[in-house]
Amino acid sequence: MAEPRGISRRAFTTRAMAFVGTIIGTVVGIPIIGYLVSPAVKASTTETWIPLGALSKYPVGTPTQSNFTLTQVNGWEKTVNSYSVYVLRGSNDSVEVLSNVCTHLGCRVTWHTKADEYICPCHDGRFSPTGKVISGPPPHPLTTYETKLDNGNLFIHVLES
Amino acid sequence: MITNKVFPWLDERLGLKTIYKTILDRNVPKVNWWFTLGSATLFLFVLQVVTGIMLTVYYVPSPSTAYDSIQYIMNDVTMGWLIRGIHHWGATLMVITVFIHMLRVFYYGAYKYPRELTWVTGVLLLLFTLGMGFTGYLLPWDQKAYWATTVGTSIAGSVPLIGDFIMRVLRGGSDLSGVTLARFFSAHIWMFPILIMGLIGVHLYLVIRLGISSVPAKTD
Ligand code: HEM
Ligand code: FES
Repeated sequence: MAEPRGISRRAFTTRAMAFVGTIIGTVVGIPIIGYLVSPAVKASTTETWIPLGALSKYPVGTPTQSNFTLTQVNGWEKTVNSYSVYVLRGSNDSVEVLSNVCTHLGCRVTWHTKADEYICPCHDGRFSPTGKVISGPPPHPLTTYETKLDNGNLFIHVLES
Repeated sequence: MITNKVFPWLDERLGLKTIYKTILDRNVPKVNWWFTLGSATLFLFVLQVVTGIMLTVYYVPSPSTAYDSIQYIMNDVTMGWLIRGIHHWGATLMVITVFIHMLRVFYYGAYKYPRELTWVTGVLLLLFTLGMGFTGYLLPWDQKAYWATTVGTSIAGSVPLIGDFIMRVLRGGSDLSGVTLARFFSAHIWMFPILIMGLIGVHLYLVIRLGISSVPAKTD
């Protein structure tokens, strides 16, 4: 076979191999990058309204504990986490819901009726009934949840990432 | 720069040109497309290694997680379906190419002196490739996997005298269990791949050392 113009059979094959090799490398390589970083990029956020029951069952003026669970999905793994919050019902349907997670290093605070304070067992952080810091190392007030009332039932807005 | 200085420097020490010449610039007789099947198998093997390593990033071989972790790969991980798909179909394709490669060697009489050992390593490669298929099939831990392996291991159990023993060794006990899954996984990602890689090394060394046989003539 006569060589058509400048390119030899060998050079042609080399280039064709390089070309096909690049395509295969890209077709496999790029998906692999996406595959490996996937869980980081697809950080799943939970965003729900959790029902805490009828508002009327909570006493007015005393922080009252309420518990709920939330299922967190990590890949193929489902973890059920328990949460506690304090519901502080005010007069005429006003309500405040506080997280029991201490803003210092994350221990769980408990309401002490006698002291009229939330007390953190870890470093003796103390918070007022509405969650303001009274004493101790906590840098911020207790976190509050967004609330809504539906037919007399209390719901809180939970955002987890 | 790279071609003028760096390459000659490296070549002088590493003998890159010699390696290239020995492996890729060999003299070969005029052959046909059937002679590409060994290389096709090699390519598929590399592809299986790459996609298989990727699968182990998310797959967890235990009865409680195997199935769910694969569902996760298929439905949630970016391109997970593609990686698993390539591994799944690549496995089937590789068995086919090894087999046709062997048929071509057989029909052309390419196994004869001096290539007997190439054939022997080839037979082992075929067996281990089938072993990969057998152990890999269990890993999804779904109904099909479970019962196929139940049947497969009881076939081994039908060997006279030592059959029951073989079956127990394969299953890691009298029944299929998490123990079976773990040892199949180990065989699938460690034992067989290492054996196959070593044998491919010997196989290709022999192919290069002995050269490729030509297409037999009518008078052969
Ligand atoms: C993982 C599996 C295998 C790989 C990667 C592989 C790879 C190769 C490659 C790249 C060649 C060069 C020539 C050609 O491609 O036709 C070759 C030749 C050869 N293979 Fe395989 N092979 C495998 C399995 C087998 C099996 C199952 C047999 C037979 C039982 C076998 C027997 C041979 C023989 C005898 C040659 C020399 C052929 C000749 O000189 O013409 N191989 N192999
Ligand atoms: S964690 Fe609550 S005071 Fe330190």
